[in-house]
Amino acid sequence: MSEIALVSSPFVGLEKAQLDKKYVNELTTLNLGPTHPATHGIFQNILTMDGETIIDAEQTVGYIHRAFEKIAERRPLYQITTLTDRMNYCSSPINNMGWHMTVEKLLGVEVPKRAQYIRVIMMELARLADHIICNSILAVDTGALTGFLYVMQWREHIYEIYEEMCGARLTTNMGRCGGMERDLSKEAIRKIQVLLDDFPPVLREFESLVKRNRIFMDRTIDVGAISAERALNYGFTGPNLRAAGVDYDVRAMNPYSSYEDFDFEVPVGTKGDTYDRFLVRGEEMWQSLKIIKQALNNLPEGPFHADAPHYYLPDKNEVYSNMEALIYHFKIVMGEIDAPVGEVYHSVEGGNGELGFYLVSDGGRAPYRLKFRRPCYIYYQAFPEMIKGSTLSDAIVTMSSMNVIAGELDA
Amino acid sequence: MSDRIIKTVDAPEGIEGQGFFAGKLDDLVGLARANSLWPLPFATSCCGIEFMATMASHYDISRFGSERMSFSARQADILMVMGTISKKMGPILKQVYLQMAEPRWVLSVGACACSGGIFDTYSVLQGIDRIIPVDVYVPGCPPRPEQILDGFMQIQEIAKSEQRRRRESPEYKALLASYGIE
Amino acid sequence: MTNEQIAQDLVAQFGEDNIFGIVENYGLLNVTTTTDTIVPLMHYLYQHPTFKFQFLTDLGGIHFPDVPSHEFGVIYHLHSLENNVRLIIKLYVTRENIVVPTITGLYACANWMEREAFDFFGIMFLGHPKMERVLNDEEMDYHPMRKEYPLEDATRQDKIDALFGR
Repeated sequence: MSEIALVSSPFVGLEKAQLDKKYVNELTTLNLGPTHPATHGIFQNILTMDGETIIDAEQTVGYIHRAFEKIAERRPLYQITTLTDRMNYCSSPINNMGWHMTVEKLLGVEVPKRAQYIRVIMMELARLADHIICNSILAVDTGALTGFLYVMQWREHIYEIYEEMCGARLTTNMGRCGGMERDLSKEAIRKIQVLLDDFPPVLREFESLVKRNRIFMDRTIDVGAISAERALNYGFTGPNLRAAGVDYDVRAMNPYSSYEDFDFEVPVGTKGDTYDRFLVRGEEMWQSLKIIKQALNNLPEGPFHADAPHYYLPDKNEVYSNMEALIYHFKIVMGEIDAPVGEVYHSVEGGNGELGFYLVSDGGRAPYRLKFRRPCYIYYQAFPEMIKGSTLSDAIVTMSSMNVIAGELDA
Repeated sequence: MSDRIIKTVDAPEGIEGQGFFAGKLDDLVGLARANSLWPLPFATSCCGIEFMATMASHYDISRFGSERMSFSARQADILMVMGTISKKMGPILKQVYLQMAEPRWVLSVGACACSGGIFDTYSVLQGIDRIIPVDVYVPGCPPRPEQILDGFMQIQEIAKSEQRRRRESPEYKALLASYGIE
Repeated sequence: MTNEQIAQDLVAQFGEDNIFGIVENYGLLNVTTTTDTIVPLMHYLYQHPTFKFQFLTDLGGIHFPDVPSHEFGVIYHLHSLENNVRLIIKLYVTRENIVVPTITGLYACANWMEREAFDFFGIMFLGHPKMERVLNDEEMDYHPMRKEYPLEDATRQDKIDALFGR
């Protein structure tokens, strides 16, 4: 019987003498399978447990592998935006804008200031939406359902702002290479102002429920901790890395799209445990609100898209009346305009970290190779190390605080 | 207030009297089933987030009887498959479906679950109806919560009007056999 | 710490046979190297007192079927957080000898990145603790991102190519 237990456990290969005899008979294998509650996404962990303590975890991912990189080799550059939507679907605009910036870098298109500010507003709204979900679901996993239901109302409000901008709620396909597809409408500005006025008390109330809650703190402090050195070695970026103490934020280090004009702080934790991740995300929400306020107050006048007729689709009214516009429209849609040959890497600060796009163009309509640097995929490797020695409930809370989004994990 | 159309739900057909109501058992069972469907949210990707929005207070699926999301297949009535199902995930979906007890319904939410969606690739299953029988398809990428609720209401209609002996009928057994399910 | 300085230092350390193809793409220094030099190069960059390239941003594969001597490539993205400088290192192998030494000893994050490159392109990483497929099914017998394979599933029965204009 102990022989069978040995073969099916991750300890295959180890000499039997290396394992304590008493230990071997008590190990159980628990499948924290692809379908599990709390709707985090589908990835599997096979845990080897000694009673309640986790000894080891074996991970299987790829349950939602949709071959984005292969699809991207087939599509013209402006059609890949819809693919980027579906990677980190909780904060689609950030992915979209990151892609547009990559293409603009390749094509050498300058985006006017107004469009850059609008992009910043949309990206920060997306970051808010992502962190709202992550923090409230973390609270749900510890049993506090009220906070989730309360702040999800405001997530609906953010969806309404997206709808004003691009028409869709979740998979936004927002913006175009060269700017945005439409200007920020009066209704959108009004809704953003409502968010800036009415959301802070709600966020404060959510934090008051959870942040200094004895039970929440006991569940999350010193749980799933990772040191800064290990985090850097594992390629952590984003809130998970900042919770460990390293202040690496792509917005601050390599500013893009006018982020250097804004005054914001990068919150950093100390211990890298779940509570720090929760606090860092919470504080980032406040900083996002600050950035949106500054952007809205200082929104410059001007065009909302670049003057790049080769890449930016002309206005539909023009297409029906102006010959040049008609020709450009035809050329862009039918793919007569080629991209320059080159390789470009651009990264933005996604909801989970540095979201990078490595685009290799061979001069054709579609990329030759497009590689997405997906932060979730890279830092999820550290999960077994973070939960070794903790209990199953700690593992659930750690997984929840890492904000692993399956679309970004597998792409 | 006076020009709002208020639709009252009719009672099922039956004979009423002082302190009793006699109707068809099928109707009453259907009514009970339809208004207390407990879903198993099989949320894989983006449609799962729209489901979370449906579950939240703004769209509130618990108005329709799904107060409790059952993640245990044994206690669930309706399997809501939301999101892309890849070929790697297919056997797991089938296993979850097999674990559900009759009567069970399947709601396929989103273009990916209905037909593979925009992902016509080597790794994505082109529609879950290749491995399990589906009752209602909700298209969209992702469908708005109102659409998901509409699909859910269609399942309620099916549950309400379903014959109690349907699950033992030869047609149903033939349907399951075509999927390789006994 | 400019790109020229980095390039000169690397060439001085490893020689022109091992560090070649030095270009600057959109401000990013690209350097090509060989399979024998990659691990010492990574260690050198990690321990360098001023450069401090201690963060592996990404690792990906690439396939050039038209160039048999450089058919499969592995592209490493390094980042020096202290100096805010990025670096791309490329390395090419042929189809017959598609083996690259692993850098999981130095960077723990290279584990799944290399598995993904293996899964998609078939590039074997020598010394990797678990050289298996990560995103695709284990039973899959081909490497899908290679240019010779189509995007769609070749074994499906219903979507007739003629009806879809393919």
